[in-house]
Amino acid sequence: MDTGILLSMTGIDKRFAGIPALSAASFAVGRGEVHALIGQNGAGKSTLIKVLTGYHRRDAGEVVFDGRPFEVFSPQHAQASGISTIYQEINLVPYRSVTENICLGREARRYGLLDWKRMHKEAETLLSRFNVRIDVRRPLMEFNTATQQMVAIARAIGFSAKLVIMDEPTSSLDEREVAVLFDVIRQLKQEGVSVVFVSHKLDELYEVCDHVTIMRDGRTVKTAKMTEIDKIGLVSAMLGRAIDRAEGHATAFSERDERKIGKVLLSAKSLAINQSVQDVSFDVRSGEIAGFAGLLGAGRTETARLVFGIDRPRAGTMHFDGQEFTPRKPADAIAAGMGFCTEDRKSEGIVPEMSVAENMMLALMPKLSKSGIIDEKGQREIVERFIKQLGIKCSGPDQKVRELSGGNQQKVLLGRWLAMNPRLLILDEPTRGIDVGAKGEIQALIKSLADQGLAVLMISSELEEVIEGADRVFVLREGISVAEFNRHQATEDALMSAMAHGNAPVAAEAVS
Amino acid sequence: MTRVRLISMLGSYGVVLALLLLILFGWARYDYFLGFFNITSVLRYNSMFALVALGMCFVIMTGGIDLSVGSTAALGSVVAALASPQGAWIGLGAGVGAGLCVGLVNAVLVTRLKIMPFVATLAMMLAASGTALLLADNQSVSVSYESGFTSIGQDNFLGFPIPAWIAIVAYVIGWIVLNFTSTGRAVLAVGGNEDATRLMGLPADRIKFLVYLVSGGLAGLAGVILASQFGAGQPIEGVGWELFAIAAVVVGGTLLTGGVGSVGATLAGVLLLGILFNVLNFENGKGWISLSAYWQSVIRGLFLLVVVILQAKLSSRGTAAAREH
Ligand SMILES: Nc1ncnc2c1ncn2[C@@H]1O[C@H](COP(=O)(O)OP(=O)(O)OP(=O)(O)O)[C@@H](O)[C@H]1O
Ligand SMILES: [Mg+2]
Repeated sequence: MDTGILLSMTGIDKRFAGIPALSAASFAVGRGEVHALIGQNGAGKSTLIKVLTGYHRRDAGEVVFDGRPFEVFSPQHAQASGISTIYQEINLVPYRSVTENICLGREARRYGLLDWKRMHKEAETLLSRFNVRIDVRRPLMEFNTATQQMVAIARAIGFSAKLVIMDEPTSSLDEREVAVLFDVIRQLKQEGVSVVFVSHKLDELYEVCDHVTIMRDGRTVKTAKMTEIDKIGLVSAMLGRAIDRAEGHATAFSERDERKIGKVLLSAKSLAINQSVQDVSFDVRSGEIAGFAGLLGAGRTETARLVFGIDRPRAGTMHFDGQEFTPRKPADAIAAGMGFCTEDRKSEGIVPEMSVAENMMLALMPKLSKSGIIDEKGQREIVERFIKQLGIKCSGPDQKVRELSGGNQQKVLLGRWLAMNPRLLILDEPTRGIDVGAKGEIQALIKSLADQGLAVLMISSELEEVIEGADRVFVLREGISVAEFNRHQATEDALMSAMAHGNAPVAAEAVS
Repeated sequence: MTRVRLISMLGSYGVVLALLLLILFGWARYDYFLGFFNITSVLRYNSMFALVALGMCFVIMTGGIDLSVGSTAALGSVVAALASPQGAWIGLGAGVGAGLCVGLVNAVLVTRLKIMPFVATLAMMLAASGTALLLADNQSVSVSYESGFTSIGQDNFLGFPIPAWIAIVAYVIGWIVLNFTSTGRAVLAVGGNEDATRLMGLPADRIKFLVYLVSGGLAGLAGVILASQFGAGQPIEGVGWELFAIAAVVVGGTLLTGGVGSVGATLAGVLLLGILFNVLNFENGKGWISLSAYWQSVIRGLFLLVVVILQAKLSSRGTAAAREH
């Protein structure tokens, strides 16, 4: 490390309206090194990155990059100086084509004018490094979150930078795609490029990272070689206290009492809309956590959208609480007693300019206004209870959601649907981007809600979460529900083979 | 597949289709509609609006709006008329310069002082109009005929009105800038997601600065044509031009929220509105019914709505169908 330091930040301070987000943080990255940056939600990781790239101006501290003092006041400068960043919230332009999103800022030219042919080709080549083959001429918004994430990564790589920063790049990717990303990171490393890698999935870090820096409450509390620190060491440094939880369970879902599971609340038969959902059948009982497993593009989110009335199925039937159920719009599903916590919080869930309290009360509004007067005090109580229960780090119910860290925004969204007291809650990647501590709390909360009779439909790309959390698991593959497993049958091997090949000898007949 | 293509094409070219239908209608119904005199006078008159709409199109694509274009054109016409005795080119330069000044102030207000475009340009709309009235002493200012200034608006070049040539050149440049330069793509990116554009390392503020400046300059140029065409600077002209321009841009399928837009469709939008006006005049000329100016306004408004609704229907069906494949 001593010979080849690429970046060093020391004594960085940053305050937002007087409240410190970073205090005397320091951070150093060697040349050709992959450096992990971890910490709880709101620890200051993204802020540190944004200070480095000039999006936020630091209040104090020094930055040396590539042997020279580094003074940048805009992301543009940082990019030009060789720092390429993928920000936590996918920051691209949805209406524009994939090519434009990849090439904006370093367009290919011919006779002084843009050379579209070459740019399309370059975009395709870059994406093919990630095994992504799409029509790069289409607007970005037509693709799913994972593809958009890949586009963001491809863009950052394309700049041939000295330092590539990735703020939670893997949160919306499945395991297969993560593996591809790691290959690319290793290639970058061989080319002498340094990578800063932020993630809440601690296991991942051991696969690619050389060093790790741990942040807590705006400070950098520890830097270590990845090989010299174990997971317990990482977690206790993050939380700031010794932990001695037995490592038997990867998640906080403990054994469930199956007698609490009631009768079927929602059942769907042969749902179809287009290629993404061709033939999906499943049912969820009250008090049960039903899991949806599958690779990306298996049709899990798309199925949830049908259930919630966002899209309308072309074929198939649904029954809710014994009645035929044909939602035409989300309001119908909400009225029936459903909640849907979407995976894409930025575009579908959160209203950034509104406060934490307003965001949480949004879906509850119709219910509350029906009684005429809005019960301010009652509202406050609900909001404060969920802020506490979910451990949302904010200055109070009136802080704008825009100002919260990514993980805390996710928690606000979850709080919104929980506040509604639904009978069926659809959770699409409920713990994405949430730190280990809070993740356990959220999982425990989901379980306790199910114990009280809530039916939960949980979509998750993390197999452990599905295996340990769900009472029954439905596996989707290319728009078809190919297998159903009960708690005892659901092992990692069984799920993986069903997800990949669609053959699950034990349970194939369970699904009509 | 071909059906899908067709529908989505109709969506983006709905305005062109409407334009063609309208022309067909006029040709079938009125003598002289496609006569040389009518064509050139329609083009001569609408080239001013075309220039203003081009600037507006770029501003709207960044997610902004420029309400000051009408007053800016009026100011440009007055300044150009006042300067015209010094020579045609000087008159032209002065008018455009006046427009650029207004554009500069708009640009500074929006990008440096972070004032909302609606508010900033509304203020400039009043300020520019006041300045025009002050300079003109509350009456129209006749231009100098000796300097040849009136040729700009009234003469032809290769048998085609000079203002139309100016508009054509402006649109060709605008089309190239939008589709084949990084600045043009950045305009759309800023409108699509300003924060992301900034984080991508693009000069979002510089782009916004530029579009307001250009919009002002083009409005000034429209003012020069106005003064030259009517032989006088018109301090009270330009009322409602901004609405005409916005309407043309929107009919052309450019999103008011920014991020999506087309220069060609904007031109088609201008022609559509201009020719509709022309058709209504012909209809009055036929003497069967007599439409007052008020009725003409109502009809134009309704027509605009129909086109916009059709456009939205067609394009949403286009994308929905495209997604299935
Ligand atoms: N623009 C802002 N205005 C006010 N406070 C902010 C702003 N941006 C961040 N903060 C605060 O700074 C703290 C650090 O946030 P940051 O986004 O850096 O966390 P993080 O470590 O990236 O967390 P996560 O894992 O959830 O992404 C948080 O308490 C957050 O509320
Ligand atoms: Mg973050």
